[in-house]
Amino acid sequence: MELNDNNFEAEVLKYEEGPVLVDFHAPWCGPCQMQGPIIDELAGELKDKPVKIGKLNVDESNQTAQKYGVMSIPTLIIFVKGEPKETLSGLQNKDVLKEKLEALMK
Amino acid sequence: MYDVIIIGGACAGLSAGIYTGRRELKTIILSKDVGGQLAITTEVENFPGTLSIKGPELAMKFKEHAEKSGAEIKFAEVTEIQKKGSGYLVKTKDDEFESEVVILAFGLKQRQIGVPGEKELTGKGVAYCATCDGPLFRGKRVAVVGGGNSAFDAVEYLAGLAEKVYMFARRDVYRAEDVLIESVKAKENVEIMDFTEVEEFVGSNKLEKVKLVNNQTQEKSELELDGVFIEIGWESQVGRIKGLSDLVEVSERGFVVVDNEGKTKADGIFAAGDVTDTPFKQAVISAGDGAKAAMSAAVYIARKKGKEIGDVFSDRAKKR
Repeated sequence: MELNDNNFEAEVLKYEEGPVLVDFHAPWCGPCQMQGPIIDELAGELKDKPVKIGKLNVDESNQTAQKYGVMSIPTLIIFVKGEPKETLSGLQNKDVLKEKLEALMK
Repeated sequence: MYDVIIIGGACAGLSAGIYTGRRELKTIILSKDVGGQLAITTEVENFPGTLSIKGPELAMKFKEHAEKSGAEIKFAEVTEIQKKGSGYLVKTKDDEFESEVVILAFGLKQRQIGVPGEKELTGKGVAYCATCDGPLFRGKRVAVVGGGNSAFDAVEYLAGLAEKVYMFARRDVYRAEDVLIESVKAKENVEIMDFTEVEEFVGSNKLEKVKLVNNQTQEKSELELDGVFIEIGWESQVGRIKGLSDLVEVSERGFVVVDNEGKTKADGIFAAGDVTDTPFKQAVISAGDGAKAAMSAAVYIARKKGKEIGDVFSDRAKKR
């Protein structure tokens, strides 16, 4: 799902059912264009699970990006109950992300 | 067990993967990213057949082509390589892989200054790619380290985004095109500081300031900055993989020495692209090198298995 400064609190910080993975990206960033399809695939595979996966364009929503100190993209942050639990920068494999999210679902 | 492990996922590695994949050699490409230098190049205007194409777009085409040819791609950084049986054992942080053949295609890494705080603050204000991370510093105070073309390119680009751009150059003469230098000098929000070197990056969770020294007067100063972009060229990263320099021959400048078939000194280890001592660093050369190393690898495997060598050259293994 698409996240932005306006819906971030409601969709990410207030989500209680499980972890939320946020892909901080931008249209100009090459590696982000490679991360994007991986995120989409992951979201498809986990769509019935108690987990939320979203993308946030740092250009349009720079308040949120700044709040979490995103200074290099792509950056992926996994939130649990409103708190950033894990921050990953650079391209990430689908299976690595899946593993991390599954561990946090319990 | 793989036939081929390719270390590196840019022009050379992905091209090698296309060739080994098409020869039905079980191939895995291990790389921490896709596209390498290509992925951070805005516009590529010299890759034959493409006229003009965005770097990331061309990189994605390479990746898709390698995957469609049967190569598997895994994002992981290789940390170690050792001889095992008739082949090699390749380790990443979390896994181990084995293969008959290894193709080295991991290119170069951006040169670091090597001062305190640099590593700790990378991604937290210290950056190596203006076109990637620059827009995150819109309206901020930034600096560029370097005095070459890429440094001036970065300054010119950042001047359009940031409030203020400093440039720290080691000397008062620059290795860049005159037109570019003049254009940068004319910008109101740019300040070039000659004979200036960074001694330390300071900040707890993010970059707060840099400590500078004038290399002529030895005078020290500090500057509060939100971001510093380091643009001082590229260097070998052969040393990053434990055990590699014991297996292959490495030149004085840190490049892997290959013959005209892409073979290294070690049986079963081939190399392609910028990682090698090839004299020119170009996307098309790397792609060609990748193909060459892959074909040499295929011959090597065929010989080992006692197969007909002719099959290797015909590329008929996989008609699609």
